[in-house]
Amino acid sequence: MDTIVLIKQVPDTESAIEVDAQAARIVEDNLNWVLNPYDEIAVEEALRIKESLGGTVTLLCAGPKRSQDALRSGLAMGADQAILITDPDLDGCDTRGLAQVLAACIKTLEYGLILCGQRAVDDDLQLTGASVAHELDIPYISDVTHQEIEDQTLRCRQSTDRAHMKIKSPLPALIAVQRGLNEPRYISLPGMMKAKKKPIDTKTLSDLGLEPSALPQPNIRIESLKVPSSKRAGEMIPGESPEEQAANLATRLREMDLL
Amino acid sequence: MDFELSKEQEMIRREVRKFAKKEIQPLAAALDEKEEFSPELTKKMGEIGLFGMFVSEMYGGQAMDYLSYIIAVEEIARVDGSQAATIAAGNSLGIGPLYYFGNESQKKKYLPKLCAGEGLWGFGLTEPTAGSDAGGSKTTAVQDGDDWVINGSKIFITNAACSMTLGVTVQTVTGSRPSGKPEYTCFIVEPDTPGFKAVPMHKKMMWRSSNTAELYFDKVRVPGENMLGQKGDGFHQMLKTLDGGRLSIGAMGLGGAQGAYELALKYAKERRQFDQPISKFQAVAFKLADCAMEIECARNLLYKACWLRNQNKPFAKEAAMGKLYCSEAMGRVVDRAVQIHGGYGLMKEYDVERFYRDQKLLDIGEGTSEIQRLVISRHIGC
Repeated sequence: MDTIVLIKQVPDTESAIEVDAQAARIVEDNLNWVLNPYDEIAVEEALRIKESLGGTVTLLCAGPKRSQDALRSGLAMGADQAILITDPDLDGCDTRGLAQVLAACIKTLEYGLILCGQRAVDDDLQLTGASVAHELDIPYISDVTHQEIEDQTLRCRQSTDRAHMKIKSPLPALIAVQRGLNEPRYISLPGMMKAKKKPIDTKTLSDLGLEPSALPQPNIRIESLKVPSSKRAGEMIPGESPEEQAANLATRLREMDLL
Repeated sequence: MDFELSKEQEMIRREVRKFAKKEIQPLAAALDEKEEFSPELTKKMGEIGLFGMFVSEMYGGQAMDYLSYIIAVEEIARVDGSQAATIAAGNSLGIGPLYYFGNESQKKKYLPKLCAGEGLWGFGLTEPTAGSDAGGSKTTAVQDGDDWVINGSKIFITNAACSMTLGVTVQTVTGSRPSGKPEYTCFIVEPDTPGFKAVPMHKKMMWRSSNTAELYFDKVRVPGENMLGQKGDGFHQMLKTLDGGRLSIGAMGLGGAQGAYELALKYAKERRQFDQPISKFQAVAFKLADCAMEIECARNLLYKACWLRNQNKPFAKEAAMGKLYCSEAMGRVVDRAVQIHGGYGLMKEYDVERFYRDQKLLDIGEGTSEIQRLVISRHIGC
C-alpha cells in the first residue's frame, strides 16, 4: 500500500523561543528546526505499513525551503521519496489555503492512506489533517493510537480524553496520529547516508497548476504574540500539623483572592 | 574559514543525542554501580550505526568523515563515559587497525560483523611492564613453519573479554631492527585459540561499564595469514592507530566536559541559597563561565585536528594537543561541577559524581598527558 505522510518542520521544543513583538512573529534566526515529533510518529507508522504490506512511503511538505531538512530526516528514517512545495506565495496562506495546495499535489499521486501528526508542536492548530481530507473528500480519523488494514478496510482506535472509539473506514482515508501509536525508530547512520541519495522533488504553485490569487485569503490575523510567563517557584505552606497547614493554606488562598 | 557543520553532521549530533538521552542515560548509573558491561546496549548502539562510521560501505561501514565520528563519540560521552569508551575503542582501536592495515580477506572476514555492532575487537598494546615505554614490550612471536607462536601478556585492553569479543589484534616483538631496537609485528588472535586467555578486569574506579581485559598468551599458535600487514609494520601501525585514537579520547573529554557543565549549570540555576539561585553568585557564575570558555576552546581545537585529518594533512601534533587539552579541560570542568553541586556532588545519586571519576582515565589512557606533551614538544622542535 502506498502511503503519503504530511510533514511539517517546527522549532526544536528544546530551543528558547524569542518573540518579535512588532511583527507578531517568533524570531527564527537562532532556532533549531526539526521534524514535528507527531509527524515522526506518522512516518514510523507509514514505514511499518510498508514493512508489512509493501508499497512506498512519500513525504509531502508545503513550507519554506529549510523544510527540506525535516524531509531529509524522514527519508533517513526510511521513507522512499519526498516532495517539497515551496513558493513565496505560500507565506500568505492559512490552513485552508495550505490544504488546497497539499490536496492539489496529492491528486497527482497514487495512495491508499495519508498520515499526518495529530498536531504540530509550534502553532498547535490541529487543522491540517481535517482540512486536507475535506479537500480530497475522503474519510478523516483523528487521534489515532492504533490502526490495521485488511481487505482495503482501515480499522482504527481513536483515543481522546473521554473515550476510546473503534472506527472502521474504507480506503483511501486520512489519519491524524496521536502519541502512543508507536515509538519512532532512531535515524541510523546508514539511513542518513542512504537518504542523501533519495530524491526531494521541489514544486512551486504554478507547477501544480495553482493560481496564488485563487487561493483563499486568510480570514484571521495574529495581532500580537507573547511568551507565557515561566512557571514561578512553588510556595511552601508552613505548619506543624495537617490542621495548621490547612488553615495557613486557606489564609494564603484568601490573601490571593482565590477563595 | 567556515565553522558551520554540514547538515549531516548536525543530524548525527541530534540523533545520537536523542539516542543517548533515551537509551543510555536511564541505565548509566546502575551499570556503573554494578560494574557491568551491557551487550544489549552495545548492540543498540550498533543498530544505529555507531560502529564502523569511517569504514567504507564495502565492508559494512557508514563511510562518514572523521569529524562525524568524533561528534558521535562526543554526544555519547556527554551522557556516559563507559559507553563512549566502548564506541571509541571499538572504532579507533578495534576496527581501525583491521580496516587500515588488514588484507582483503581479513577485512571481509571481520569488518561486516564489527561494523554492524554484532561483535567487538580489542587492540593489545599495553603490557604490565610496558606502558608509555612501548619499547619494553615482552610479548613475542616466533615463526615456526607457516605458523607463529605468541607468548606474553597484555593489560588494560578495552572490549577484549566480553561475550561480544570476536578477537584481538596483538602487538608482538618479532626480532630486532638493524638499529638494534625491537621489531614489532601485529597478529590477529581469535578468542578460542588454544593457549589464549582473556580475563575481564574489575574493581575499576572509572569506565566501570566498559569491558577491560588482561590477555594471556601461552604458546598461542596462529597461522601466518593472521599477520596484520607485513612483518615489522607493527610500530608504524601502532603510531597511526594512536594518532586517530587520540582524537576519539579527545572527543570523550569534550563530551564529558559538556555533560558535566550542563549538569552544573542546571543545578546552579535551581539550587537556592541566601534567597537566590546560586548561579547568581559570581563565585559560582565565574566557574561556569570558565567551563563554557574552555569547552569552546576544546571543541575548536579538536574539530580542527579532525578537519586536518579529513583533508589528509598532517595532524599528529594537533591530535596530541586535542587529546591533552580536552582531557585536562574536562578535569577542570568536573572539578568545578562537583564543587558547584556541594555535598550532593559527592553522592552517587548525582551523575556528576560519575563524570568526576570517569575523567581521570583520559589523563592516562592512549598516551598519558606527559606523553602528549612529549609528542607536542618534539613537533615544535624541542
